[in-house]
Amino acid sequence: MRTARLIACAALALSLPARADRLPVPADAPPAFKAECASCHLPYPPALLTAADWQQVMAKLDKHYGGSAVLDEKTRREIEDFLVRHAATRSRMAGAGDPPRLTRSEWFLHEHRKLPDRTWRDARVSSASNCSACHTRAEQGSYREREIVVPGFGKWKD
Amino acid sequence: MKRVWLSCFFASGIAMAASPPELAAGYAAEAARQSPGFQPSARRGAEFYARRFAVSEKMPACAACHTDSPLQAGRHAVTGKAIRPLAPRAETARFTDPAKVEKWFRRNCSEVLGRACSAAEKADFILFATEAK
Ligand code: HEC
Ligand code: HEC
Ligand code: HEC
Repeated sequence: MRTARLIACAALALSLPARADRLPVPADAPPAFKAECASCHLPYPPALLTAADWQQVMAKLDKHYGGSAVLDEKTRREIEDFLVRHAATRSRMAGAGDPPRLTRSEWFLHEHRKLPDRTWRDARVSSASNCSACHTRAEQGSYREREIVVPGFGKWKD
Repeated sequence: MKRVWLSCFFASGIAMAASPPELAAGYAAEAARQSPGFQPSARRGAEFYARRFAVSEKMPACAACHTDSPLQAGRHAVTGKAIRPLAPRAETARFTDPAKVEKWFRRNCSEVLGRACSAAEKADFILFATEAK
């Protein structure tokens, strides 16, 4: 009986996702990552897309979600190598779209499934990619639950 | 002599630091080569800053992200990210890094105007942002 419960607990623990509320920019980020990839939006955590996704994002900087984020080849390559080094390996982290969006991965949609539809349309949010609209410390790479304040909804209580 | 010095300045170093008036003077000299007698104007710069080009629906004007005044903090019209003010009076690092300034003129002008900005437009713009108070 006791062993059965232990096995069940172990299986449960293994099925739980790894803690994903702390996603700081890895320490080996080249300075260009912050200078270039955190000027129009916050620095997206490399662990939120797969290597293949990042390669696509970095191959299409001239068509960057409707704008242009073109870089010289040396900087582009340096940032791509960094992103690929820290990329996700699980398939549920794969983005969707062209170029791929992390806000469309199975993981992202699952984490955010409890949010009412209208919150995404709130003018203060304007886009799911605007993480700091709700995650008050996202700029620092922190996504902890007690730091979440959803516009039009207030402090998040699960 | 001044012209020689300025062209040296432009040829010598993308990475070199400069002051906002030096940067504006560099663009003004380039504009004067294209149309002799060119003088930068903060008033024209102000008009340019506020003008709605309406090439892009989400980014109709410079002011769409940088607000009505270069002294105020702005907000990226698509991503919502905060942008520090453009006026050197409010943000001292502005218009001191020629490569950075060129990069953002290139990006933002093609986004908002659908073309590159001319040297004259850049000179007017920097003068306006620098004099804003
Ligand atoms: C000139 C501004 C600009 C620069 C520079 C820039 N981006 Fe973006 N990025 C955008 C915009 C605009 C979007 C689309 C936001 C939206 O539609 O919500 C975007 C979206 C993204 C997304 C998708 C977010 C989502 O919705 O899942 C990723 C990933 C991304 N950028 C990565 C990068 C990387 C990596 C760099 C550096 C090489 C970079 N960006 C540099 C403007 C920029
Ligand atoms: C409209 C508000 C909103 C936006 C925008 C938003 N999130 Fe969230 N996010 C939430 C809420 C609310 C939760 C908690 C959901 C729950 O408890 O079920 C959450 C959960 C998370 C978690 C899980 C945290 C944990 O405790 O494990 C992560 C990681 C996360 N978000 C990352 C992001 C990233 C990265 C972005 C931007 C690309 C983003 N979020 C954009 C509201 C938002
Ligand atoms: C879509 C939003 C957006 C629009 C529209 C926009 N900008 Fe910007 N601009 C930015 C961002 C983001 C930065 C870089 C972030 C920073 O340096 O704070 C920037 C930086 C700049 C810089 C760099 C200044 C320096 O020395 O640091 C200049 C110059 C500039 N913009 C000019 C313009 C001009 C001219 C227009 C209109 C033709 C314009 N911008 C329209 C978002 C925008």
